Amino acid sequence: MSDTSKYNTVDAPEGYAGEGFFATKLDSVVGLARANSLWPLPFATSCCGIEFMATMAAHYDVARFGSERMSFSPRQADMLLVMGTIAKKMAPILRQVYEQMSEPKWVIAVGACASSGGVFDTYSVLQGIDKVIPVDVYVPGCPPRPEQILDGIMRLQEIVKSESVRRRGSDEYKDLLGSYNIK
Amino acid sequence: MALETSVIQNKLIENFGLKVSDFFQQHDIFTFEVASDSIVEVMKFLRDDATLRFNFLTDLCGIHYPDYEKERQFAVVYHMHNWMDNVRIRIKCYLDGDKPEIDTVSGLFLSSNWQERETYDFYGIIFKGHPQLKRILNMDEMTSFPLRKEFPLEDSGRTDKDDRFFGRTSQNC
Repeated sequence: MSDTSKYNTVDAPEGYAGEGFFATKLDSVVGLARANSLWPLPFATSCCGIEFMATMAAHYDVARFGSERMSFSPRQADMLLVMGTIAKKMAPILRQVYEQMSEPKWVIAVGACASSGGVFDTYSVLQGIDKVIPVDVYVPGCPPRPEQILDGIMRLQEIVKSESVRRRGSDEYKDLLGSYNIK
Repeated sequence: MALETSVIQNKLIENFGLKVSDFFQQHDIFTFEVASDSIVEVMKFLRDDATLRFNFLTDLCGIHYPDYEKERQFAVVYHMHNWMDNVRIRIKCYLDGDKPEIDTVSGLFLSSNWQERETYDFYGIIFKGHPQLKRILNMDEMTSFPLRKEFPLEDSGRTDKDDRFFGRTSQNC
């Protein structure tokens, strides 16, 4: 690709390049592939969902970061974006959606409500989705602007890139899920 | 107005005597109290009488008055509407604080089915004879009746909350 191209490609991971070959870690290659094709599952219950719609659309265009296709089936999604107030009655449904996602899976809590219950300090609202499922990235804001949601996704990409391919089978990961009584 | 409040009052006293009381005009709506054990017959009369014709149950809800005397600590409020004369009334039934129970009106107005479930959900008022008295809005596992004053509004499970940052100090909470 020439220097004047309007397309960008991601940088190659750290490795050893020689004449006609390139050697690097499997972790880095898998991480690079995963991080740049995260299929989002939008779980939108309120105003943060509206901001995400702007994030998806042409102006902010989350497709630039490899999240072209919204997956409304949890079984084909990698990244669960929880956007909005989760009532306690909704919590088991959110949990079921998370359980239906296949590994590897990541979660972003978008906005104050999903992160901590926000202003809804009340008997009917779940005080942060991390009470029922593990969360990787928290995006602050009420609601956050599309730039903040994109920043959250880019931070998740960094996490995904550096994740070991063995993590999902490790005892630590089983303990993490176990602490949420998942599986 | 085609249907005067004095007509409603006289007809009710004529038919139910001391079971209806405390008639007064409150915020433009004619309001009165009905003994909690006779709500079904009074409401049936209001609906079926040829002059009164209160054919529509607009709303039904609960109130908690923790500071009142024991036998008046809960109230169920019914709003009825006569479509033909466009007249509205409000009926209050006071219930015992220890045993809030009242007969269901779901036999008269099917719309009261969900409204009674909601009132049970938030106040724990038992509607005797209701076809399916279970929670409707809150989660089934909930053990409290959240709109009763003895239950706190805030969720106790919140771990990131520091009362000082919410304007709550020992002086004002």
